[in-house]
Amino acid sequence: MEQSLLDVRNLHLYYATRKGVVKAVDDISLSLKRGETVAVVGESGCGKTSTARAIIRLLPRNVHLYRGSIILDGKNIMELDDERFRKDVRWKKISMVFQGAMNSLNPILKAGYQVAEPLMIHENMSKVEALKRAGEALRMVGIHESFIDRYPFELSGGMKQRVVIAMALITRPQIIILDEPTSALDVITQANIMNLLKKLKNELELSYIFITHDIALSSELADKVAVMYAGEIVEMADAETFYVKPSHPYAEKLMASVPTLRTDKQLDFIPGAPPSLIYPPPGCRFHPRCPYAFDKCMKERPTAVDLGSGHYVKCWLYA
Amino acid sequence: MGAEGMELGFKGVLKELLAYKSGALGVVILVFLVALSIYTVVAIPYDKAIKLWRGEEEVWIENPRNAQPIWVKYWEYLRGRNLPETIKRDTSDSKQYGVYKSLRAIPGTNLKRLYIEFSFKYEYDDFPSEINIFFSSKFNESAPILRIAWEKPGGNKIELLDFIPRDKYDRLYLSIEHDVLKVLRSYVEEKLYALGKNPEVPLSVEKALFAVEDESMSSSLTVKPLKGTYKLIIEGLLFGKDSDVDARLIIYGKVYGMCGTDHLRRDLTIAMLWGLPIALSFGLIASLTITFLQLIIATISGYYGGWIDALIQRLTELYMILPFLPFLIMIAAFYKLDIWVILAAIIILNIFGGGIKSTRALVMQIKEYPYIEAARAYGASSKRIVLLYIIPKILPPVIPGLIGAVPGYVFLEAALSLLGLGDPFLPTWGKVINDSYRWGALYKGYYYWVLQPSFMLILTAFAFAFIGFALDKIVNPKLREI
Amino acid sequence: MSEGEMILTVEDLRKFFELRKGLFSKPVYVKAVDGVTFTLKKGESISLVGESGSGKTTLGKTILRLYEPTKGKIIFKDKDVTHLSSESLMWYRRETSLIQQDPYGALPSFLPIRRIIEEPLIIHKIGDKSERLKRVYDALSAVRLTPVEDFASKYPHMLSGGQLQRVAIARALVLEPELVIADEPVSMLDASVRIETLTLLRNLQETRKISFIYITHDLATTKYFSERLFIMYAGKILESGNIRDVIMKPLHPYTQALIKAIPDPDPENRKVLRDVPPGEPPNLIHPPSGCRFHPRCPYVMDICRVEEPPIVEREKEGFVACWLHAKH
Ligand SMILES: Nc1ncnc2c1ncn2[C@@H]1O[C@H](COP(=O)(O)OP(=O)(O)OP(=O)(O)O)[C@@H](O)[C@H]1O
Ligand SMILES: Nc1ncnc2c1ncn2[C@@H]1O[C@H](COP(=O)(O)OP(=O)(O)OP(=O)(O)O)[C@@H](O)[C@H]1O
Ligand code: SF4
Ligand code: SF4
Ligand SMILES: [Mg+2]
Ligand SMILES: [Mg+2]
Repeated sequence: MEQSLLDVRNLHLYYATRKGVVKAVDDISLSLKRGETVAVVGESGCGKTSTARAIIRLLPRNVHLYRGSIILDGKNIMELDDERFRKDVRWKKISMVFQGAMNSLNPILKAGYQVAEPLMIHENMSKVEALKRAGEALRMVGIHESFIDRYPFELSGGMKQRVVIAMALITRPQIIILDEPTSALDVITQANIMNLLKKLKNELELSYIFITHDIALSSELADKVAVMYAGEIVEMADAETFYVKPSHPYAEKLMASVPTLRTDKQLDFIPGAPPSLIYPPPGCRFHPRCPYAFDKCMKERPTAVDLGSGHYVKCWLYA
Repeated sequence: MGAEGMELGFKGVLKELLAYKSGALGVVILVFLVALSIYTVVAIPYDKAIKLWRGEEEVWIENPRNAQPIWVKYWEYLRGRNLPETIKRDTSDSKQYGVYKSLRAIPGTNLKRLYIEFSFKYEYDDFPSEINIFFSSKFNESAPILRIAWEKPGGNKIELLDFIPRDKYDRLYLSIEHDVLKVLRSYVEEKLYALGKNPEVPLSVEKALFAVEDESMSSSLTVKPLKGTYKLIIEGLLFGKDSDVDARLIIYGKVYGMCGTDHLRRDLTIAMLWGLPIALSFGLIASLTITFLQLIIATISGYYGGWIDALIQRLTELYMILPFLPFLIMIAAFYKLDIWVILAAIIILNIFGGGIKSTRALVMQIKEYPYIEAARAYGASSKRIVLLYIIPKILPPVIPGLIGAVPGYVFLEAALSLLGLGDPFLPTWGKVINDSYRWGALYKGYYYWVLQPSFMLILTAFAFAFIGFALDKIVNPKLREI
Repeated sequence: MSEGEMILTVEDLRKFFELRKGLFSKPVYVKAVDGVTFTLKKGESISLVGESGSGKTTLGKTILRLYEPTKGKIIFKDKDVTHLSSESLMWYRRETSLIQQDPYGALPSFLPIRRIIEEPLIIHKIGDKSERLKRVYDALSAVRLTPVEDFASKYPHMLSGGQLQRVAIARALVLEPELVIADEPVSMLDASVRIETLTLLRNLQETRKISFIYITHDLATTKYFSERLFIMYAGKILESGNIRDVIMKPLHPYTQALIKAIPDPDPENRKVLRDVPPGEPPNLIHPPSGCRFHPRCPYVMDICRVEEPPIVEREKEGFVACWLHAKH
């Protein structure tokens, strides 16, 4: 078997809040090969961004628990201290396109400077050199180099998103985490960005962790799909398997709620609301909304069942 | 999301506030300050306070001048020094310990012989600050003749002077009585010569009267107080059948009350206590009125836009560059500056202050909120939108600023008083600092005089600042650490 | 198209926003809606689809007279409402209503749900307190926020996005309007809640025979929730027709691109690039001459650059505005 580039094992990230401990990432494992994309899909608030933050170790101050192992190129980067992590891993090996980043570009700094910033911060590069590299990065994402001197307000939404992607690319990382990289864009612009991401992936042999709530969109990049529910990954499957027939009841329902353009189907939705991550339901976290729930589901927490060739499902139906 | 304060309700905000350490501290201090103000206003009603504060020296005649607060005594006590407190002896109070009075007619004449003996124990490590005797006499044709003598522990007796009260009420300021000083000088010199010493720095009346009679007497810098029982003896000859004399001896100490006294013997407790409700209400009224007026002006400006907006904005800019203090000083030149005038001036000089800019920006932002548009879509009038939909939304973000601005106005009032522009009648902290400054408190070592009002100012400022900061975090969750 | 009573007729509607760059410079105009014509039948539901900035929201708000129309006509129930003053508009406000995109911003955060839904009733002086309360409860139960008493006393921040949007729907329907414009009513909601909310909205629309304009950029949902489709681009409608017809056989190059850009879940997607035109929607201050899509159109011809394309009827119903389909 091919060696994994990134191997996340039993990752936990809990937040301390006044109302209680939020179990935003609760024992998550996933692996990523070079050039491969894992899509992380799930409802809002299920912990997708938290997972990303846990991997790139950009944690808020109120962390209650941060545990697990993250093996990058055979080395457990969880063991690095913050300084080393910042120097050797963040942005150098793994970078990230943050959710909504295009709308939080600094309005008073030129686009080129913002793209170059990671180089200046993480590699202590001189401004001139960094700006040169920023020009190259902009060209890579399909923006003319002259745009280096533009301010964010002079850019369209699609261009801003490209700038943000250039920021993630500029340090030549192996892995880019994309957190909802197109959620504020039009479908045509979105399709253009997805095209760009596909091209970059092939040209640079990038691995993506692609976070989205849009299942249809996830199929644009995903080699593997991880379905998150209430802080857990409840299903992990190959794209071929997943988009044809997801196995976990939640994934199945989620798929049924996706309106399709080209085919007619009966739309379905998941009744009820997503659970609290402070007091998640006992047993299977999906049981209050699951049409197939039976006795055991309410009492025992299902463990990941291996259905073969890297297909895991956390559901008692498959045990 | 925008303002959260409103959504939490009062109880919710309080709960959140107490969850922040600074917020909780601020609330505790503020509750204490408010309770103290209420107590003050009830215990010393305004009229009484003003009367006391404005009262001439008469009101305070029995207080020492510039006495330190009692807490200084406790502090010094720990360091092994017992500071003197005021001692009073009064013949009209027959039950008092240490007072003996006899008045006997001399048979065959219409003369009477008076004998008064005040005795007291003096156990302090410092000298008193002043000694006075107050007489109240009854006589018809001629005034009584009194001879006043001092007896030190151990029995040394000094004839101080003969005194004839000129009036029904008369007083003898022993400390500044020239004759007494002369008598004591020669007394001290005599003692020193006997010890083979020469006088160096002459002693004041109090020091001479209470001195340990050894070499240390030679200088006022080395002299030490003698502990033991002292006596003041008044012998007199009275004329007429109904004649009588009562005397009151006051040995002024060096400490007095919770807060000490000022140069006019006034009990500073009154100023410290009354300064509080004045500062609180001044700060709150100023901040509240200014914030509220700015809020209304800013809302009108932001919501209606157009020329009204332009006018208000230009006015605001004009106000922002106008020098504030010179204006107040000018106003002070024309008007008697009582606190209301100061308040009004501060309010007027601040209505178009910088707060308008930020509130207007907020209004402009809220105006575009979908819920305002929804309200227009279902037919709400502009008036309803402003009053019911916009104002409640800007209140929460404005309130921390309101609270946070209170100390500014409290300090401003104090600063004006310090500059001599304050209300001269009210016992305010600023006025006390101004007095202390004028009377050289720091130079003379009367630190309490400056420190106490400053402490109260800072405490008040902290209470509001802490609450303001915490509220800001609650209302603007972006500032929240979590 | 002739059967059924018309409720709304929009004729050559335009809305330009004036922009002043400096105090003394000449104003420029953002032509957000630039000549839109269509009719809506009573009880009919239409979808208005377009990219961001194409003028959908502006069109909706202009129809509702939240914006003053620059030009054109709005006829609602045979009455011209284009330039009615705000006093005479009260009945129109009562018969029309708006559902907005952002459920979090659409409700005043400092009022309880009961009061939020009651506001339109108070403003239109409907019923006394107890009657109004009953209507509030009815509205809440219609959007299935039960138990209604519980929800009525809550504040917006206590509800989820989906629940908030249902409150907004309840508020929009409490005056029993005849025309509802829903501007991206679910785009900010979670995928699973989206379908639930849209289904609810569609059921209410059908049972109450409400005329409905569903504004969205999500073409995939339209066919589940309406009958006719309007594709908008740079302030104009480029193509209209029966939804299934348009999706199966898009005639306008822009519609074609739109459809190509939208993925259905399919593992094959990742292996191919989507054949979509590059570029982004045009500047609305100086829109492209001729056909507004011409800078991005793969089939652009000379005439497209100079002359506005003609309106060509589609086979069954609707039209397409494109030179490719012009009958010479
Ligand atoms: N710093 C924090 N402190 C406390 N709770 C947090 C914090 N950050 C996130 N959460 C909570 O953790 C949960 C997971 O959040 P996360 O942002 O990872 O979700 P997500 O799946 O990315 O959602 P979305 O699709 O809305 O971006 C949510 O319930 C969120 O409210
Ligand atoms: N009040 C305004 N003043 C000036 N320009 C405006 C105003 N409102 C909208 N516009 C401009 O009009 C154009 C159309 O905007 P509109 O909001 O109608 O688009 P939309 O199709 O609803 O887009 P979205 O999908 O982003 O909601 C945009 O270019 C926008 O910038
Ligand atoms: S474990 Fe039970 S409740 Fe959970 S998804 Fe499977 S069947 Fe449903
Ligand atoms: S009119 Fe011309 S440019 Fe416009 S869509 Fe048709 S072919 Fe393309
Ligand atoms: Mg997220
Ligand atoms: Mg819009």
